[in-house]
Amino acid sequence: MNGTNEKWDALPISWHEEAAGQLEASETLLAWFEPDLDNRLSYARGLVVLTDRRLLSRRAQENGRASWESWPLTESMSLRTDEHGSAALLELADASGRLACWRYTAAQATAAQRLVQKWASWRRGQRAGSASERALAVCPSCGAAINADEGRCEACAAGPVKPSLSALFRLASFSRSRAGLIVLGFLLTLAATTASLVPPYLTRPIIDEVIRPWETTKTDNSSLAIWYLGGLAGAALLAWALDWAKLYVLAWVSERISADLRAKTYAHLQQLSLEFFGGKRTGDLISRISNDTERLCNFLSINLIDFASDVLMIVMTAAALLWMNPLLALAALCPFPLIVWMVARVRGRLLRGYRQAGAAWGAMTSVVADAIPGIRVVKAFAQENREIERFNASNERVFYSANRLNKVWSLFGPTVTLLTTCGLLIVWASGIWQIYLGRITLGVLTAFLALISRFYTRMESMIRMGSAVQRASASAQRIFEILDKKSNVPEPVRPIHPGRLRGKIELRGVRFKYGTREVLHGLDLIVEPGEMIGLVGPTGAGKTTLINLICRFYDVSAGAILVDGVDVRSFPVEEYRRNIGIVLQEPFLFYGTIAENIAYGRPGASRDEIVAAARAARAHEFILRLPCGYDSLVGERGQNLSGGERQRISIARALLIDPRILILDEATSSVDTETEREIQAALENLVHGRTTIAIAHRLSTLRRADRLVVVENGQIAETGRHDELLDARGSYARLHQAQMELVYGRDSSGK
Amino acid sequence: MENNGAANGQARPRPFGLRHDAWGRLVLIDAEGRQHTGVEVVRAFPISDPRHGIAICDAKGRELVWLADLDALPASLVQQIKDELTQREFMPIIHRIVKVSAPIEPSEWEVETDRGRTSFVLNSEDDVHKLDEQRALITDAHGIRYLISDIEQLDANSRRLLERYL
Repeated sequence: MNGTNEKWDALPISWHEEAAGQLEASETLLAWFEPDLDNRLSYARGLVVLTDRRLLSRRAQENGRASWESWPLTESMSLRTDEHGSAALLELADASGRLACWRYTAAQATAAQRLVQKWASWRRGQRAGSASERALAVCPSCGAAINADEGRCEACAAGPVKPSLSALFRLASFSRSRAGLIVLGFLLTLAATTASLVPPYLTRPIIDEVIRPWETTKTDNSSLAIWYLGGLAGAALLAWALDWAKLYVLAWVSERISADLRAKTYAHLQQLSLEFFGGKRTGDLISRISNDTERLCNFLSINLIDFASDVLMIVMTAAALLWMNPLLALAALCPFPLIVWMVARVRGRLLRGYRQAGAAWGAMTSVVADAIPGIRVVKAFAQENREIERFNASNERVFYSANRLNKVWSLFGPTVTLLTTCGLLIVWASGIWQIYLGRITLGVLTAFLALISRFYTRMESMIRMGSAVQRASASAQRIFEILDKKSNVPEPVRPIHPGRLRGKIELRGVRFKYGTREVLHGLDLIVEPGEMIGLVGPTGAGKTTLINLICRFYDVSAGAILVDGVDVRSFPVEEYRRNIGIVLQEPFLFYGTIAENIAYGRPGASRDEIVAAARAARAHEFILRLPCGYDSLVGERGQNLSGGERQRISIARALLIDPRILILDEATSSVDTETEREIQAALENLVHGRTTIAIAHRLSTLRRADRLVVVENGQIAETGRHDELLDARGSYARLHQAQMELVYGRDSSGK
Repeated sequence: MENNGAANGQARPRPFGLRHDAWGRLVLIDAEGRQHTGVEVVRAFPISDPRHGIAICDAKGRELVWLADLDALPASLVQQIKDELTQREFMPIIHRIVKVSAPIEPSEWEVETDRGRTSFVLNSEDDVHKLDEQRALITDAHGIRYLISDIEQLDANSRRLLERYL
């Protein structure tokens, strides 16, 4: 027995002590796996260990103890996983039947598959990467040492998104570059507020020094009166000029900030990997970019300015009140804490309400964005009414979520008004009483009333703003949600610049998972520069996934893809993709002219180059027949082109960037055979001299391929030339047979 | 480009001639002396670069001659080609927008063009397409295209009417 062997290091520490007792001295640990369910599918942590001579298993017993079992490895044994159910199964069997099985959840799926993989590779006698000599690799992005089995770098892995403290405050980071103008705006606000406080303040001397002396003693202070009236007029003019400057400056700044925000959100969106778009509805994204930024702009340009000047006004009025008569001021302000308390209570409810309303709005946009592109299907199945109902349902949800808000709001607003009226009432009462006692003059009371009514008007408008604030911060949260998303295809920290690649592609043990479902189980393949590879296999075998990985739309879950001997994750994404041309099954044309569409990948291309590319793609002549030639508008809202014509434009587009690596994803499967012949001819020009990976269901399309790779169930089943594969009588021969039967009928099959 | 079609390889077009036959059809006589009846002269970039890239195609749309640059041709031939193009291409240039019937589509436009005064129906605001800073292209309900060659040159009223669409 050997308890302190370092070969146990690979196991989780909690198992070291217990597992060590089970192993013999010379035994080598190959792999391990922790099933997390028992056979009745309750949670229970177990352990399965594979060594070079046995398979060991520890199961928890009901009495809390654990029992160990072991099976010496024999030739007839097989180990396999079955992941079709919601709980997966690892099964050990030999010729006589099942020996044992373990259940586990999707969380352990990768570990289980790794165990089976190790088992298989050990059985093949390759002893590739046994646990005690775990291969260490280097993270292609940051250069840190990583576990080659895991493939992902801990150091680079995106941490959990930090919750936004207050989304609105984060807007400040967008305003930093405009700090000077913002400061100017607030200084102007301050000055304007001060100017607008002059008139009520002047009421006291006007009454006490001009009107009252005339009323009581007929003293003529008319020179003073002119002086004060001049002051009033001057203050009004000053307030007008300052207001004008303030509004213009702040409106400019806020419009700028929200434009920056929109630009940044859209730019960030473009950087995110395909995985993000797979999980998002287009309508919701559109609503975030257009609606939410619009709301923020409104808030910044209208509400925030008012809000700032209101706060200033309230503070300054309160100061003026206290300075004039502290006692009266305290009486006047006594409903104030009550209002603050109410605001605080309603705030959370409003914020939730606005978030919900925003989500409902997004859902409604989604319904439209969903139905319009699919309108042909809708009409073909006569489902217009159902679509209308679907829209109505989400429209009603918008109404209800708005209505719920209004309920809170409609009660809240008038209550605030009532409280402020109470404040005024208190001022009247205590003012009259103090004049009675002779403590203050009539002028003081009048000035006080003028000031306090301003105070409460501002207060009310500020509180009403509360709703705008909540609405804006809900919008800000929805925008920052996008901005906080990290691309799953990160840029390397220490990039290697690819320049122009030679085009050698090497797949090393490539695995890929969509969520928890592994779709590629360790692919190895080397494609030489200039070679054309045809990928064949049933739908869902992982062909498109493989292509997505080579294009780096996604990153591998484990293993690596090397191009010219360098991990693709080490290349800056954009520079790498410049070497790749892709022709998809459904060519996408943007709204614009044909020339612009062909030059999409190289906007600087000259007209001669565009024409040359179109010629090579056999698109030139049909383009000349269009009324505006290369200047014809295509894409949504543009000229209608047939599938074959669109495809040839997209081939010209790929040709123009002169890529080293060319990907053809079912480029000809959506057109008739005649058009396919045209496209084939176009493709011949494209494929020549480039590393090409082509997917096709019609095997005839792949005549020119140097090698065919048959992918089945996420693994490479066969590789070879057409006739070699036919002779091998494997999966390819079966596929070929099936297609011949389709084309020529069953009788002449096998020719 | 490394894989161009054959036609592009010609630095200067091989000699050819054009004439009209008795039925008014255009006939191309190519370098080998073969005659192609009913050919058409088309511009590849009628809007963005009308002076370069002119093709002569046969009745089935196959390209017979590609003229990257007219300057390389004898003057008489250039004149023939230009005449042919003016015969074939109809794209009035709008000088003035007199009236737009309503602010919503479909709307009727009354315009003055280089080919005289006319009116047309605009189906959707998407049919007004800004080509670059100066030029705009309007496609009417029948697919007829009208060009505005310089927006700045229009009078104030026309610009105001057009502003909403750009």
